[in-house]
Amino acid sequence: MRVVIAEDLFLLRDGLIRLLEAYGFEVAAAVDNGADFLAAVRAGPPDVAVVDVRLPPTFTDEGLRAALTARKEVPGLPILVLSQYVEQLYARELLADGAGAVGYLLKDRVLDGAQFADAIKRVAGGGTAMDPEVIARLLARNAAEGPLARLSPREREVLGLMAEGRSNTAIAARLVVTERAVAKHTAAIFTKLDLQQSDDDNRRVLAVLAYLGQ
Amino acid sequence: MIWKRSLIALPRALAFFGLLLTGVALLVVAVGPVVLGALGLGRLIDLLLVAHRGPGGGGDVSRDMLAAVAGLICCLFVLPAALLAIRGLAMLTRRLSQRWCGVPIASAYRLPPDGRGRLGYRQRMSWLLGDPGTWRDLLWLMVNATAGLVLLLLPALLMGLGVVVFLQPLLGDRPPVMFAIGLALVAFGMLTASWTLRGYAGLAGLVLAPSEAAKLQLRVRHLAQTRRETLDTGAAELRRIERDLHDGAQARLVAMGLTLDAAGRLIDTDPAAARALLIEAKDASARALSELRDLVRGIHPPVLADRGLADAVRALALDSPLRVRVTGSLDGRPPAPVESAAYFAVSELLANVAKHSGAHAAEVDLRHSSGSLRISVSDDGDGGADPSRGTGLRGMGRRLAAFDGVIVVSSPAGGPTLVTMEVPCALS
Repeated sequence: MRVVIAEDLFLLRDGLIRLLEAYGFEVAAAVDNGADFLAAVRAGPPDVAVVDVRLPPTFTDEGLRAALTARKEVPGLPILVLSQYVEQLYARELLADGAGAVGYLLKDRVLDGAQFADAIKRVAGGGTAMDPEVIARLLARNAAEGPLARLSPREREVLGLMAEGRSNTAIAARLVVTERAVAKHTAAIFTKLDLQQSDDDNRRVLAVLAYLGQ
Repeated sequence: MIWKRSLIALPRALAFFGLLLTGVALLVVAVGPVVLGALGLGRLIDLLLVAHRGPGGGGDVSRDMLAAVAGLICCLFVLPAALLAIRGLAMLTRRLSQRWCGVPIASAYRLPPDGRGRLGYRQRMSWLLGDPGTWRDLLWLMVNATAGLVLLLLPALLMGLGVVVFLQPLLGDRPPVMFAIGLALVAFGMLTASWTLRGYAGLAGLVLAPSEAAKLQLRVRHLAQTRRETLDTGAAELRRIERDLHDGAQARLVAMGLTLDAAGRLIDTDPAAARALLIEAKDASARALSELRDLVRGIHPPVLADRGLADAVRALALDSPLRVRVTGSLDGRPPAPVESAAYFAVSELLANVAKHSGAHAAEVDLRHSSGSLRISVSDDGDGGADPSRGTGLRGMGRRLAAFDGVIVVSSPAGGPTLVTMEVPCALS
């Protein structure tokens, strides 16, 4: 699986390359700014791109803007955005086109190599990978009133993991329950929130995110 | 329209007249005893001379001595209070000319030396008598009692004259044209009421407005105060950051080092224990990162640096547990310090709304017009927010004051609450 990396900090870029290669990815290009990133994508769209939000020369949200531009030029290009901090505003912008295949994670998550590699694969496969912190804030915002208050604590937990972009299998493994139990929870959640059920995992996640984001 | 204005002007002139009489009365009360005392003293000397020359009048001596001493003491006691009361009247005159005549009159009194006005007698006297503002008040009393009086009474006099002229044909064999002249005089008198009132306010402004030097002094005082507060706030902020780093990330890194060291020693003899320690160290590093992230957010939120105030406020709105609508926009970016102060003010206001107001929804409006950044935060909560009670709103006011900004709170009991901030600045 070919990956393009855009990260300006040498240590982190180097670490990312080694980590991804250890998990069997092929690093097609590793650049340190937005312009080079766009050039690398235009040269040959990778299977997935990993981009840092803050890049030179502005050291603001250059990386995010480059990612959004790349998505416009190559529709559906899977992109995972990394950041030192997460903003719901940016998560919304990444999700805005409703096409999925985006990830938005704290840089801390790189520390857990296996999980991180899993997130990249998920994004490459058209899924989403939202940072638990983004989801926690989304849930907190909706928790006080409305249908979300009617969910059981377990259901809310499942909803959170689902919103992060995890499959039923992954959720079952995380909560140490059977997949059937998870399926029952998700069915209950969709009924309580009055959402359209869907067999497609990715579409299901996007529906949940759209619901939480309104 | 003009008649309505004139009709309103008449009672207002009467109110100013009332202020004038009160002022004169105060002056009489304040200075009267001096005159009485001086008279008494004169009589005393007279009587002493008489007593020296011959017998008689002993009882009068003690009575006049009493009058002299009482007069002086009374004057000394009453004077500061009377001067302050006259100052109060001048302040009222300033407020009324602004409200009724649209003539704003600035005031510039010196602050009491201790900042609160709890002074000894001598200090109080030297503070009052050393203030040019006090003398301006007294001068106004003089001008008011002469030129002011004429202006205030002119309409009434004209109208009175009109009535007298109007009544003439009824009393004697004057021509009926006097009716018309009388009516015209009354009408003219009424018409002049709004003009003379404006003239009166103008006159008050001429006398009561502080001189350029006094205005500068006022400005310097404001700047010195806000500078001190800004420095204090900055120092306190640095102390907080230092403490947070010391107790948080720094401590965690030390613990991490120790854990890693222990893991290093155990790695050959007890790999399982070493592994557990390594996992512990990784968790500690994650927590340290998360604390640093929170700290950075508190110093200068990255989204503000990235996107500017409007988007940063939108990000705040998304993080709020309430439904927050953000309206308006900015065509450029205010200077960084203003942007930051405004951001933290909005952040604190939204936190207040979520915590105290019982509101379900809030609205933030941002715009820049006529040289000022204007931000209003409103909610549908219970109201009753009192800036004089909580330290939050006052602190916000102090921080904005460093940029000559102001914050206005309208929060009647029962709601809704509307907080408006205004900071003069240019966008770039």
